[in-house]
Amino acid sequence: MLSLSFSSPFPHSYLPKPLSLSTNNRRLHVFIKNQFTGAGIPSPEEPVVTPAGLRRELMPKHMAIIMDGNRRWARSRRLMPQAGYLAGARALKKVMELCSKWGIQVLTVFAFSSENWLRPKIEVDLLMGLLANKLKDEIDYMGREDIRLSVIGDVSKIPQSLREFITHGENTTKNNSRLNLVIAINYSGKYDIVQACQSIALKVKDGVVEPEEINELMIDNELGMKSMQLPYPDLLIRTSGEVRVSNFFLWQLAYTELYFTETLWPDFGEDELLRALHVFQQRRRRYGV
Amino acid sequence: MNLHCSISSDFNHVQVHHILSFDQVQHENQTSFKLIMDAKKITQIYEGLGTLARKCIFSILSVSIIPNHIAFIMDGNRRYSKQHNLIQGAGHRIGFTSLMSMLKYCYELGIKYVTIYAFSIENFKRSPEEVQSLMDLIQEKIEGLIKEESIVNQYGVRVYFIGNLKLLSKPVRLAAERAMEATAKNSRAVLSICIAYTSTDEILNAVVESCEERWDDKSEMNLIGVEDIERHMYMAVTPDPDVIIRTSGETRLSNFLLWQSGNCVLYSPAVLWPEIGFRHLVQAVLEFQKHFGYLRKQKRI
Repeated sequence: MLSLSFSSPFPHSYLPKPLSLSTNNRRLHVFIKNQFTGAGIPSPEEPVVTPAGLRRELMPKHMAIIMDGNRRWARSRRLMPQAGYLAGARALKKVMELCSKWGIQVLTVFAFSSENWLRPKIEVDLLMGLLANKLKDEIDYMGREDIRLSVIGDVSKIPQSLREFITHGENTTKNNSRLNLVIAINYSGKYDIVQACQSIALKVKDGVVEPEEINELMIDNELGMKSMQLPYPDLLIRTSGEVRVSNFFLWQLAYTELYFTETLWPDFGEDELLRALHVFQQRRRRYGV
Repeated sequence: MNLHCSISSDFNHVQVHHILSFDQVQHENQTSFKLIMDAKKITQIYEGLGTLARKCIFSILSVSIIPNHIAFIMDGNRRYSKQHNLIQGAGHRIGFTSLMSMLKYCYELGIKYVTIYAFSIENFKRSPEEVQSLMDLIQEKIEGLIKEESIVNQYGVRVYFIGNLKLLSKPVRLAAERAMEATAKNSRAVLSICIAYTSTDEILNAVVESCEERWDDKSEMNLIGVEDIERHMYMAVTPDPDVIIRTSGETRLSNFLLWQSGNCVLYSPAVLWPEIGFRHLVQAVLEFQKHFGYLRKQKRI
């Protein structure tokens, strides 16, 4: 059944909400096939499609998501937090499939922030275990779907077993090109800048560069993301109604469009993603000028 | 004598119309002076009532926590000019009036720190005429700030100019330095005006200064940490903002306070900057209060 719905206004913005097309029958979506002009070349069997209402040329190249609300989701259903994280992992897989299908080249997700270490140990161990299991389970899927796995953040503090899964995953998928899934583990925007500053300081110490030669491009090149030659995020989505960036990315967010939604992460699906992309495509990006 | 009075929704602007009947016109000359004096008194009374109404609303808001630092991204001046078919630059002048009103409300509410994004380094890429007219306006308004009757002296506001001031022309830079010097003794509130500022430039400057600080003892170069960078930030003179308000409905930071906005509530009303009013400030404070509990828990965690 095809239905049209007008949702209530965002609590955090007075922008009118776009029309949302919701249907249980996927065949009723109208797709427009387009040439994929991204970084990689998809297999001919799975061309990139653009959903109805969106424009191919305005799709974000890099989308970042702060997957907030897993514990709240579990609490609202009187479940343990691990149920929330598992549901969140399922939502992530769904969003990965959609990004891959719609030609979004890079998807960065924030799995674990530096501040999360202060949570109870049992919860931290649970999260690390879940990450390790998911990486193990999904590596074959990523191989099949031509998805590359990358990890950013200070991995020195995470358990050895998870570090091994990460290295194995990165090596196995390094030639994949349809979608680059970047997982931020123990990442902090400030930490990223400090480590860039430290490596520049070492260059100054060794006499390779003078302090007056330091410029924004140099800091750019030292940041974790840039070493992978990834573009800065075009769109940052944060779920669960929190309207802040919480030190997830910092330098890279200078001109990123921010999108906040009340939906909890495990409930974030195709409709919500379409809505976010629709709002993104209506924004006038001036890059500060 | 018939008086028609109307008050704007922010309780700040009062219009008083004096409607005369035919008989009264004959005695107009004799009574006109007295009528003007009465109209002025009535305007003052209504303005006083407006201030009182605002104070009542502020007392209600103050029951819960009030933000210590609010930052404004004043977006939408040019769109306002276009929408109302005004000459170029008029939108910015009207935007300045809105800014003065917002500053007044913030200081009345008891918000100690206010930061505004006046001019970005990227804005230098606009047309030379537009940049020059903006610089002229900025210089004119900075000189107005130093005057006795200006808002900074009324509320005891210390003014900082935050940014790469070397990029400004000499007259503007000198005016900024004079304003900072003239208000250095004020201590009740702080106004940070970000001019020739981008956050990436601020971080770059902090990195360079951190390296230069250790120039004499190079063995400590790799010990540079978060505290060193924060110490050298232009915005080290104020605490981190609690709320960033960006008008015109755009939800992005545009290279503003990237380092400082990690745990800050972002509020983006669709209204253009010259149209911003009292109710938007109230709404922003309510948003801050709504998220404060969770934010405080996160900070503790």
